[in-house]
Amino acid sequence: MSWETVIGLEIHVQLSTNSKLFSGGSTGFGAEPNTHVDLIDMGLPGVLPVANREAFYKAIRFGLATNAEINQTSSFDRKNYFYPDLPKGYQITQMAMPIVGKGSIKIDVDGSEKVINITRAHLEEDAGKSIHDLFDGETGVDLNRAGTPLLEIVSEPEISNAKEAVAYFKAVRQLVTFLDICDGNMAQGSMRCDVNVSIKKEADEELGTRAEIKNINSFKFIERAINFEIERQIRIIESGESVVQETRLYDSVKNETRSMRSKEEANDYRYFPCPDLLPVVISDDEFNDIKNNLPELPDEKEKRYISEANLEEAEAKIISSSKTMANMFEEACSKTNDSKLVANWLVGDVSALLNSDNIDIEESKLSSNNFAILIERISDKTISGKIAKSILEEVWESGDDVDNIIKDKGLVQIQDESILEEIAQKIINNNLSQVEAYKGGKDKLFGFFVGQVMKETQGKANPKSVNDILKNLLNS
Amino acid sequence: MSIQYKSIKNLTSMLQNKEISHKELINETFTLIESKMDLNAFITLNKDAAIEKATLLDSKKNGSSLAGIPIAQKDLFCTKDLRTTCGSNMLSSFIPPYSATVISNLENAGCISVGKTNMDEFAMGSSNETSFYGNVENPWGKNLVPGGSSGGSASAVSSGIVPAATGTDTGGSIRQPASLCGITGLKPTYGRISRWGMIAFASSLDQAGPMARTAEDCAILLNEMCSHDNKDTTSLNEHIPDFTKDIDQPIKGMKIGIVKEFDLSKLDSEVVKVFEESKKHYESLGAEFIEISLPNISLSVPTYYVVAPAECSSNLSRFDGVKFGKRCDDPKNLEDLYIRTRSEGFGDEVKRRILIGSYVLSAGFYDAYYKKAQQVRRLIKNDFDEAFLKVDVLMSPTTRGPAFEAGSKGSDPIQMYLEDLFTIPANLAGLPALSIPNGFVDNKPIGLQLIGNFLEESKLLQFAHNFQKTTDFHLKTPSGENI
Repeated sequence: MSWETVIGLEIHVQLSTNSKLFSGGSTGFGAEPNTHVDLIDMGLPGVLPVANREAFYKAIRFGLATNAEINQTSSFDRKNYFYPDLPKGYQITQMAMPIVGKGSIKIDVDGSEKVINITRAHLEEDAGKSIHDLFDGETGVDLNRAGTPLLEIVSEPEISNAKEAVAYFKAVRQLVTFLDICDGNMAQGSMRCDVNVSIKKEADEELGTRAEIKNINSFKFIERAINFEIERQIRIIESGESVVQETRLYDSVKNETRSMRSKEEANDYRYFPCPDLLPVVISDDEFNDIKNNLPELPDEKEKRYISEANLEEAEAKIISSSKTMANMFEEACSKTNDSKLVANWLVGDVSALLNSDNIDIEESKLSSNNFAILIERISDKTISGKIAKSILEEVWESGDDVDNIIKDKGLVQIQDESILEEIAQKIINNNLSQVEAYKGGKDKLFGFFVGQVMKETQGKANPKSVNDILKNLLNS
Repeated sequence: MSIQYKSIKNLTSMLQNKEISHKELINETFTLIESKMDLNAFITLNKDAAIEKATLLDSKKNGSSLAGIPIAQKDLFCTKDLRTTCGSNMLSSFIPPYSATVISNLENAGCISVGKTNMDEFAMGSSNETSFYGNVENPWGKNLVPGGSSGGSASAVSSGIVPAATGTDTGGSIRQPASLCGITGLKPTYGRISRWGMIAFASSLDQAGPMARTAEDCAILLNEMCSHDNKDTTSLNEHIPDFTKDIDQPIKGMKIGIVKEFDLSKLDSEVVKVFEESKKHYESLGAEFIEISLPNISLSVPTYYVVAPAECSSNLSRFDGVKFGKRCDDPKNLEDLYIRTRSEGFGDEVKRRILIGSYVLSAGFYDAYYKKAQQVRRLIKNDFDEAFLKVDVLMSPTTRGPAFEAGSKGSDPIQMYLEDLFTIPANLAGLPALSIPNGFVDNKPIGLQLIGNFLEESKLLQFAHNFQKTTDFHLKTPSGENI
């Protein structure tokens, strides 16, 4: 029997505002527990929330970039449940009137395109963090994260497999980083997702019973959790039982999902409009201002790289795939007229290093600025391409400054032709038998002389100059 | 010279004329408070800080408008470094790190907070009997309730201990105790006074207001209490007039509406008699009476008892024993911590309303109760809008009768809920309303309610002041003397 998988994702994107969604508390990551917490974040008696408009502006950018309906009037609701890291006993979220309505996003799976529809994207506050392992027999609560603005992006159940789910998550991540509304840092929890998975027979109209896997924060885990879950559900149904609707947790160590709570145990969240907050109205002026200042998106960059920088489509696609890569390209291009050179380095050596380390460009030690300097030094002939390659490898490992490496190791290319001529003459004088053979018709020996000069100069000679000089000397 | 029963106006001139120093006034106030401890009007006193502030004021040349005026603060407002219990065991050890905007406003104007007044637990009650800190006595009679929930504030003003107190009014909690204690109390338009620092009961209904002997003093206090506060998004960004400015203007030719649907025939005949006499009195001042129909007003009490508990069930969720307030001893696990903390920390009335509120918001019932109640609320508001096209103010008794004895409403909460029959509609519609003393039934004071249009507190105060200039109900003391 053939099974069809139906997947929907709820992605929580932490918006990169300076202060929290309803307070002036800082959103900075990594501070001492409970130091980025003000009266409102603590939910003290008598405090009131005030909505942070910046979060709305960022949400609207996402909406515009996904061709979504934008609700210029949106409102907040309370979602009531008890948990120690939820200070008020309710979360303020947008249930009835979300800021962003129906939209869509294009994904690319192994070269073929698919459109995933987005149901809605709404603003809500994050909870704090419960810390179970630091205190013997006690749980600590860190409210630093409480009140941090999240944009929850809810997809339609239109994703068919784990690969597509990862591609969708990547597309959203690419978009929010280009829009400058989220730093995309998954390790710090800036993006997390809940995955709804169900299976059904291909012919069935109705969706199967779904399980929701909570809080996954890596591409790898999304893929593994979904694949595990699909197999689990197929196994259950094929053995004649039925899948129960429940919330599950993915355990990355054991690579399995396990039940957190069933539908019966689920909270009744008792949603109702938050009486402390009036609906937030975004004026036409504010809206147009956001629209007119929308950052350049990946598609637009790709087109511009082809038309203005003369890149091949494949090159343009790779470079515009991540904001960091695009930034690197643009910064390096400002240092040279040779955009092809920049593209070759990014698509070639840099991508090769990324692949071999299996990391994203954001995780590498190569900074945009350092890369631009490397390109500049190649362009102005300070270093040869070969030297550049070894410098790149060194920077890749250490993150050291390109100019410092060149200086410390004396890697500056020898530009003075008289020095090169001297070295070339020495090589010729020391290898008279090879000179004889070359002149006798063994043209291939020319490479031997080039190699010897390069060796003598430790690669610092400009290969073109060496060629010219050797040709002159040997043919005279 | 005794300062008992002195108005804000009196005290201000005594201070300015140096008939009394700030410190003497505050010391006198505490002497009075201590002599009236049996009223149980206060939960926490602020003696040291109050005397310190008074001493400081004595050393200054020019004080602000209300410099040195002693004021009692309802224990629902957060006061920095001063215990704030909201009448609950849950907050018996809660010392806020900040002050409510209204407290800051009054203190910045020079008022000296002498203590925190007793109240029904989390403002849920109409007799002050739900306070964890015991009943408050009405100065007008042993074992009489002062009304609620601002019962301590009403009792403190009524007994002449302080000239002024703050209250809050969610369904009548300023006006009903004002009526039962023979003082003046005003609930402003929703949003006039910031809710920042008020411990929320029902956020869409809660409004702070002044309680004092006279309408004029209420106007003086209101001038300082109102502000547009960007910490409260429901705070109104509207012009704040000088509320004392027009109170002396005559009301001749102005129109008073009598609500047809308020069926007075069910009230005690003595109560009706007092009300009819007040009508006559206003007629003598030149006002005209028009009968007004508010067709949906009979739905006010049921609507209120859906909306208010719903909001309270959510607002009180933060009292979970995790961060502040009471925590039960030796919790076995998280669930045990929640259950026992909340079982021990809340009283019966609070629990009852949390249960009602959780029920009306629960899946499958939301549309039938909460959503429906909000729709009815809109209809009630529309009725008022229509009415104020025809009249300047609406008039009714504030309460169904005078103060009753503690325990007399028995165990049926509905009987207590009906206490707020006349006061609830103004909260649902967000309108300003006040209560002034207008007579006596069985030697117990009773109040007259005036409801005004949106933002028209000045007009209400004008009607009230005109009444008080020509009557002396507000000047009677419980001992039967005239002030």
